[in-house]
Amino acid sequence: MSHTDTATLAAERITLAHQKYIVAENLDLRLPTGRVTAIVGPNGCGKSTLLNGLARIHVPKRGAVLLDGKDIHRLPSREVARKLALLPQDNSAPEGLTVADLVRFGRQPHQGWMKPWSEEDQRTCDRAIQAANMSDLSGRALETLSGGQRQRAWIAMAVAQRTPLLLLDEPTSALDLGHQIEVFELIRELSRQGKTIAMVVHDLASACRYADHMVAMKQGCIIGQGAPHELVTPALVRELYGVSCDLIHDPATGSPVLVNVRRQH
Amino acid sequence: MLVTLASLLYGAGPVSAGDAIRALSGGGSSEARFVITELRVPRTLIALTAGLALGLAGALLQALTRNPLAEPGLLGVSAGSGFAVALAILLGATTATLTTLVAQAGALAGCALVIAATRVQGMGNDPIRLVLAGATMSALLLALTSMLMLLDQRAADEIRFWITGSVAGKSLAMLEATLPSIAVALLLSAFVARPLAAMALGEKAAVGLGHHPGRIRFLVIISVALLVGAATALAGPLIFVGLVVPFIARAFAGPDIRKTLWLCVPTGPAVVLAADVVSRLIARPSEMPLGVVTALIGAPVLLIIVRAGRLPSL
Repeated sequence: MSHTDTATLAAERITLAHQKYIVAENLDLRLPTGRVTAIVGPNGCGKSTLLNGLARIHVPKRGAVLLDGKDIHRLPSREVARKLALLPQDNSAPEGLTVADLVRFGRQPHQGWMKPWSEEDQRTCDRAIQAANMSDLSGRALETLSGGQRQRAWIAMAVAQRTPLLLLDEPTSALDLGHQIEVFELIRELSRQGKTIAMVVHDLASACRYADHMVAMKQGCIIGQGAPHELVTPALVRELYGVSCDLIHDPATGSPVLVNVRRQH
Repeated sequence: MLVTLASLLYGAGPVSAGDAIRALSGGGSSEARFVITELRVPRTLIALTAGLALGLAGALLQALTRNPLAEPGLLGVSAGSGFAVALAILLGATTATLTTLVAQAGALAGCALVIAATRVQGMGNDPIRLVLAGATMSALLLALTSMLMLLDQRAADEIRFWITGSVAGKSLAMLEATLPSIAVALLLSAFVARPLAAMALGEKAAVGLGHHPGRIRFLVIISVALLVGAATALAGPLIFVGLVVPFIARAFAGPDIRKTLWLCVPTGPAVVLAADVVSRLIARPSEMPLGVVTALIGAPVLLIIVRAGRLPSL
């Protein structure tokens, strides 16, 4: 399938605004293909706005988001949906909707009036459910699942879209540690299978642990981009969050770990 | 089917079920034949059509606003339509096509006013605000309709009869006038069903799946205006039908709006026709207005939905 190969997503000097209020200005960004990119920063820094801008939810006031080099807002939305899947933060589902029902929605961009539900659609959904490790729960209604299971079901829907790009807005917010790791490991696995992934992550430690590339934002500006072990320094942490800390490296993974975090004096 | 048969067989007039069967098969007294073909058949067809239109409109609006209590009455659509027709009656409008168009224009204006009211706040995409604005609009439009009735005594009687909701004494001409727009609305509903289902996952998720929520919202509002306008022109503002029918359909269809919409197609006509049969039998030899019966059925259903603890999320 050609559309599952690769696609590139980049932002060129985009300015994003809610109504008249400018949230982020002049952002330049290119997602490294086949890697996991984490967008981090303090509350209200514009990281979710940036992700939504990349996902064509917000139209940039200036600049353009380029999908395979083309302005994303000039492409048919369905065509974009075959290349780029989005897991928004404020999603919801009607009561009684099962995991399998939800995952089927992922095939909508591939369906049409003349193209009803096919066996290939069904196989794709089954594989997506399997990939998310949800096979045993596929008949369960979403509201009966734990937060982590529910989030994995949503990711399975995005996987069923079979897009080379996947954007996730705080996929682990409101999840406890065990469920967070469940979701992050699924994201890593999808990246190993070749997806290009970008996610907004609240927790800097998780971002360091699970991302290949980090984008640090503050007050609507990108103040640094790079691999976590190069980008994350006590100076950056101070600038982002206004706290002092020391850095050590995780002996198991080599990723940076913040210790002795304290208020700045 | 059963309800249709009952509707043809039983009525307030002095025509028995046996006479009715003879009349339907071409025999019987001329009086019975008149009652059946000129009164009960049109009345039955009109009740079926109004039920179809209101049931679908309710299901569409509830899916759009994601609120199981949203019905055309609540969002100011029926009230807009009702006000427009009342105004038309006052000004002396008589033809079926004109009344239908006026009712649909009123329904659309009702929708448009609600949308405009939410736009003023700059939050037009928030379904909750939509419902609040709609309730306000309804109250205002009903008040204006009452004011109209003070202006002209003759028109007031006609408006008062019509505003309680009834499918009696309506001609087939009115039905013919509404059928094209109902057909258009049915096509639109079939077209929006899939994206509307995706919008239940949240607007951003719907965009992520390649849909255009703004466009879908617009098409749904047009469909609802066509349907509610047609039903109001046919039967007056029947309250609670748009609430009860999708409620029943949803109980069988589950969470999928597409199934709910299709189930409203048989459920709506059945509910309104059954209500109409009841309206004829409950106060024999006179009749109770259909709008009163739907209200009597609808109010308990509303209570059941609300009493269920929390509202089911759509």
